[in-house]
Amino acid sequence: MKKQTQLLIAAGVAAVVLVAGCSSMPSSAELDKLSQDVAKASFRDQGQAKVDRLVLDDANLECMKADVAGQPIAEPVAKAIEAANFASIKWPAGGQYIGDWKEGEKIAQSGRGMTWTDAAGSENGGNCYNCHQISKEEISFGTLGPSLYNYGKMRGVANPYAPESAAIVQYTWGKIWNSRAYNACSQMPRAGHKGILTEQQVKHIMALLLDPKSPVNQ
Amino acid sequence: MKRWTLALAATMISAAALAQKSASDGIAEYRAMLADGNPAELFEAKGEDLWKQKRGPKNASLEQCDLGKGPGVVKGAFVELPRHFADTNKVQDLESRLVTCMETLQGFNGAEIAKTAYGRGEQANVTALATWIAAESRGLKFNLPNSHQQEKVMYEVGKRLFFMRSGTHDFSCASCHGEDGKRIRLQDLPNLTKNPGDGIGFAAWPAYRVSNGQMWSMQLRLNDCYRQQRFPYPLFGSDATIALGAYMGVNAKGAENIAPAIKR
Repeated sequence: MKKQTQLLIAAGVAAVVLVAGCSSMPSSAELDKLSQDVAKASFRDQGQAKVDRLVLDDANLECMKADVAGQPIAEPVAKAIEAANFASIKWPAGGQYIGDWKEGEKIAQSGRGMTWTDAAGSENGGNCYNCHQISKEEISFGTLGPSLYNYGKMRGVANPYAPESAAIVQYTWGKIWNSRAYNACSQMPRAGHKGILTEQQVKHIMALLLDPKSPVNQ
Repeated sequence: MKRWTLALAATMISAAALAQKSASDGIAEYRAMLADGNPAELFEAKGEDLWKQKRGPKNASLEQCDLGKGPGVVKGAFVELPRHFADTNKVQDLESRLVTCMETLQGFNGAEIAKTAYGRGEQANVTALATWIAAESRGLKFNLPNSHQQEKVMYEVGKRLFFMRSGTHDFSCASCHGEDGKRIRLQDLPNLTKNPGDGIGFAAWPAYRVSNGQMWSMQLRLNDCYRQQRFPYPLFGSDATIALGAYMGVNAKGAENIAPAIKR
């Protein structure tokens, strides 16, 4: 039995076709399994990018299945993913949410970090401008995410430390830390949850978005 | 005062819009200028020589290599790859097929070539060969057979890998290439879940990249996508890369091939 399994994986696609017979395609579940076997056999470690990065958590597995089927993810599954991701959010110690927007701008500009050509342990960027408009001055911005220009101003944040700002401040922190807590299949990286940005870096991004003095809110 | 502020705001917005437009226009002009003398032509010439030259331990040329349309048929082969080959009983893309021919006809060690870094040794020769072979199908429309069961399975596997979100940033191919009209910074992103249009995406590579002065094959294009996705390193000619080629190639049905293109 074990030998047969090994043979199956070794011969890969040809074997699955053989097992499934000539006339019928493998089932969707068999194709899911085969795809994961193909992924396992097709990558190797390089620098800090190790093959363990191919392991899918529940959120990525379910969102992939929904995308392949061309269907929105089922509501109960989405709720479960959001709850699990929400529970993982690490809130800042002492309720200190806001850093320095100038540092935040630098982090938002940088797309560096965590590829196999980046030195392990080097500082990561937030990749923010790759997908979002943020300040008006930077015209080289991507459009995969919504515009964040006037993010705080539009939400009426005159003072991010005031009690009336607490709800939006906390939501913004949570969204940056783990975007999937609010939208199960959001395409936004989970900056805090996946260790892309440090707690201090997230504070700087918060300032970029919410500090009334930040160019974002002019 | 208020009106003045509004007028100023309107001017600033249109200035920003103008700056953006001229940036895109500038890039388009730059590309048009470059296309006048695409250095890919040098790689085409090298590839044609390599095809006809007697080389390798068996001192043979590649002129009897079967790229899918029979031994020695080059024209039209590129726009039908990846496809299934009976002799290897595998779906192969252009580059992995070339390595098979270099092994069987010329006696090279295919595993060694697969392990060689891009742009070095025999791997550089594979890229040059692929460049010439792609150019021989310039102006033809993509039309992968997608009829053999293994081809259909590879398409389905490729589709799943295209949507596989993983790595530190949870990116899949679809994160960037799943919708129309999106950009990263100012770079337009083709939607590769369907035919993205003539000469776009799968119908543009191999391409000469001005930014680093290198000829990039499709395998290297995918390799650098995965690097930026923060995935581990895809092996040259691996089933994942070929399945993605099958998915993008079938989706590109009817798209005109402009490869070898020139890119920023």
